[in-house]
Amino acid sequence: MLPELGHFALILALLLAGLQAFFGIFGPMFGRERWTSAVPPAVAGQFVMVATAVGCLAASFIGDDFSVRYVAANSNSALPIFYRVSALWGAHEGSLLLWILLLAAWTVAVSIGAARLPRRFAARVLGVLGLVSFGFLLFTLATSNPFLRLDPPAGDGADLNPILQDPALAVHPPILYTGYVGFAVAFAFACAAMLEGRLDQEWARWTRPWTTTAWAFLTCGIALGSFWAYYELGWGGFWFWDPVENASFMPWLVGTALVHSLAVTDKRGLFKSWTLLLAILAFSLSMLGTFLVRSGVLVSVHSFAADPARGIFILAFLVLMIGGALSLYAWRAPLLKSSAGFELGARESLLLFNNVLLVTAAATVFAGTLAPLVSDALKLGTLSVGAPYFNPTFMLSMLPLMALLPLGIHSSWKRGRLSDKQRTLLMTLALAVVFALGLAFGIYSHGQVLTPVGAALGAWIILASLVDPLDRWRRGLSLSRAVLGMSIAHIGIGLAVIALTTVQSFTLERDVALAPGAGTAAGGYEFRFEGVAPIEGPNYDGVGGTIVVTRGGAPVAVLKPQKRQYWVQHQLTTETAIHMSRGNNLLVALGDDLGAGRWSVRIQIRPLVSLIWLAALIMAIGGAVASSDRRYRPARAVQEAAAASAVGEQAT
Amino acid sequence: MNRFVLPMAVFVPLVVILAIGIRHAPEKDIIASPLVGKPAPSFSLPDLADASRAVRSTDLKGRWYLFNVWGTWCGGCRAEHDTLLEIQRAGVLPVVGLDWKDDDTEARAWLQQLGNPYEVVAVDHAGRAAIDWGVYGAPETFLVNPQGIVVYKVVGSLTHDVWTREILPRVPRQPFPGS
Repeated sequence: MLPELGHFALILALLLAGLQAFFGIFGPMFGRERWTSAVPPAVAGQFVMVATAVGCLAASFIGDDFSVRYVAANSNSALPIFYRVSALWGAHEGSLLLWILLLAAWTVAVSIGAARLPRRFAARVLGVLGLVSFGFLLFTLATSNPFLRLDPPAGDGADLNPILQDPALAVHPPILYTGYVGFAVAFAFACAAMLEGRLDQEWARWTRPWTTTAWAFLTCGIALGSFWAYYELGWGGFWFWDPVENASFMPWLVGTALVHSLAVTDKRGLFKSWTLLLAILAFSLSMLGTFLVRSGVLVSVHSFAADPARGIFILAFLVLMIGGALSLYAWRAPLLKSSAGFELGARESLLLFNNVLLVTAAATVFAGTLAPLVSDALKLGTLSVGAPYFNPTFMLSMLPLMALLPLGIHSSWKRGRLSDKQRTLLMTLALAVVFALGLAFGIYSHGQVLTPVGAALGAWIILASLVDPLDRWRRGLSLSRAVLGMSIAHIGIGLAVIALTTVQSFTLERDVALAPGAGTAAGGYEFRFEGVAPIEGPNYDGVGGTIVVTRGGAPVAVLKPQKRQYWVQHQLTTETAIHMSRGNNLLVALGDDLGAGRWSVRIQIRPLVSLIWLAALIMAIGGAVASSDRRYRPARAVQEAAAASAVGEQAT
Repeated sequence: MNRFVLPMAVFVPLVVILAIGIRHAPEKDIIASPLVGKPAPSFSLPDLADASRAVRSTDLKGRWYLFNVWGTWCGGCRAEHDTLLEIQRAGVLPVVGLDWKDDDTEARAWLQQLGNPYEVVAVDHAGRAAIDWGVYGAPETFLVNPQGIVVYKVVGSLTHDVWTREILPRVPRQPFPGS
């Protein structure tokens, strides 16, 4: 019964989403007051229906109802309860349902928060969100229904894909999707503004907290995915420029640009059409990611089972939504004029550079991700684009971005003179250079050309971000959450730059020949080789080595890398062993048997790798703090706005 | 041209490329299966008919065979069963079954009731072998050549069309010695 109830609830949700879209868009257009007032109830009803559907599916998972095809394919009676719930979004159909649930939840939140917005405008925002939801619900019901029955029912389920049975990956999709879906809100605000044909600074203030919150979730989601890939896939890498990773990274880059461009629109009423375009782009790239992952167009380790029919549906949906929004943009954006000017070196121009560089970075990632597709479409053969393309091109836009960041923090609106901040900037830069040189030549005795540059930039960003909050704190002045959040997020960026530079430059790799009992020292650790012993698995045998790691005599870890030989083809595989110690990542792999018990052993030490994810978390916290600023709260909005602009021209 | 039309001008060719991408997707899926063109994973698993005997991938080398992943709990497997029996009757190549995460008694009853299209069935209780083969969900079928290389993979139920259009043309016509 429950699956049918869920199926029925989903159909009702589709109808309600249709009503929400229709009344929300046409109510204000034709001035029908009663249509407009029907929108919030439709939003609430849709959420209840979607939540019912998800509840029914969850109950089928928890109750081991293997007569449901989706449950039989993704769960098992022996699966722990935690993973039975997370198995709900373990495959295509359920993850779409999760997407829809999160969208419905965001829409309810917008509907509540929209109480202070003009009614017509609020209805339009909710109408556009209803349209998005309608598309996804139709997609689910037409091509990916999770409630289909299996006849005869399965005795037991096929189990959740083992690599997905992992806590980080269980929470990764909800957090990532919350970010994607959040950009739908920015998209809806943009579309509503274009439908109104009016966009003012107030519009930007309404949009900012939603966008920043979405950005913070997306940051967390990407970091979790990277963390999982690092320890589960075990290749010692944290980012592979895989199409699916890129699909989440592109909206993040454009979303970051949007967060900054919204600041300019909010404070100065500038960049209006540019902000609109970024809002459209951020969500379009989120949807493009959905398309790439689920259509089988690009192949990746993360791909869902590919289905061209689904691909055609999503493509049609993309054309309608993005094409519609871009047409609206071409028609309405020319109406939005901003008259204010600014000087070169003013905060506006620095934020313009920020936007251009971030969008350039997104474009290079986009080009690299789609290049195989283009080459295939033009019959130029199969092409593979990897780190050798992505790393340098990405750096090309990131280096100037990082260099301009401290200037941006200390620049003022409108005026181009940085003279009164010159001393602060030079002081922090000098300190950062000292730090970088110390890191590059003091602690580690080797490095690359970019090492001191990267380290200096990272340190400069952190120091420059600290100046203002510390100064205000010392003088007993209040610090708005917007400024505090901005500083925290920028410190996160600085830490990420330092961590990435350190990992890239100071990864220590050593290949040594060791006899049993012999050892070697690397990076302050001693590695003692205890020899190898035969191992046997279900379809392979081989040898397992034991390597005892100590630091100054104190035990750190016992690492057990393996070398497997699969029986039939005599195919050899190497299983590495990884241990985290003091932020260092120790990786050990067995090389060749050199005879007489001697083996070649590969040792890798990656310093500060954990700092990358910590930095991402700090960025996300910064975003959360900034979007909780009082300026964005519903009540007393007008007074707050006045107070805030009086308090500090420095605020973002 | 109006600069506000520019985003649209970029979007249109992108849609064309994606549309072409979808059209090519089915062929790509085949190339994309990581196993196609690579040696089939090796295994040694108990025989469903007699658990004391082992089914080894080494014993299968030297001839063409279909490797079919199934289970009694799987609806798609019931759907493709008649096609498997048809393949058995055609006598072109043997079908080796992998009974995936299943109950042995139920599996034996299923074969008795519906007919047994398999030359031999290996039992994979733990699902370990299925992971090596990169199985996403049952049923899945692999075509393996005498060198032990996976030539083709079918995700989902086998149908008469897939058998005659995709599998048969890839196998050189010579009846296999029945066993």
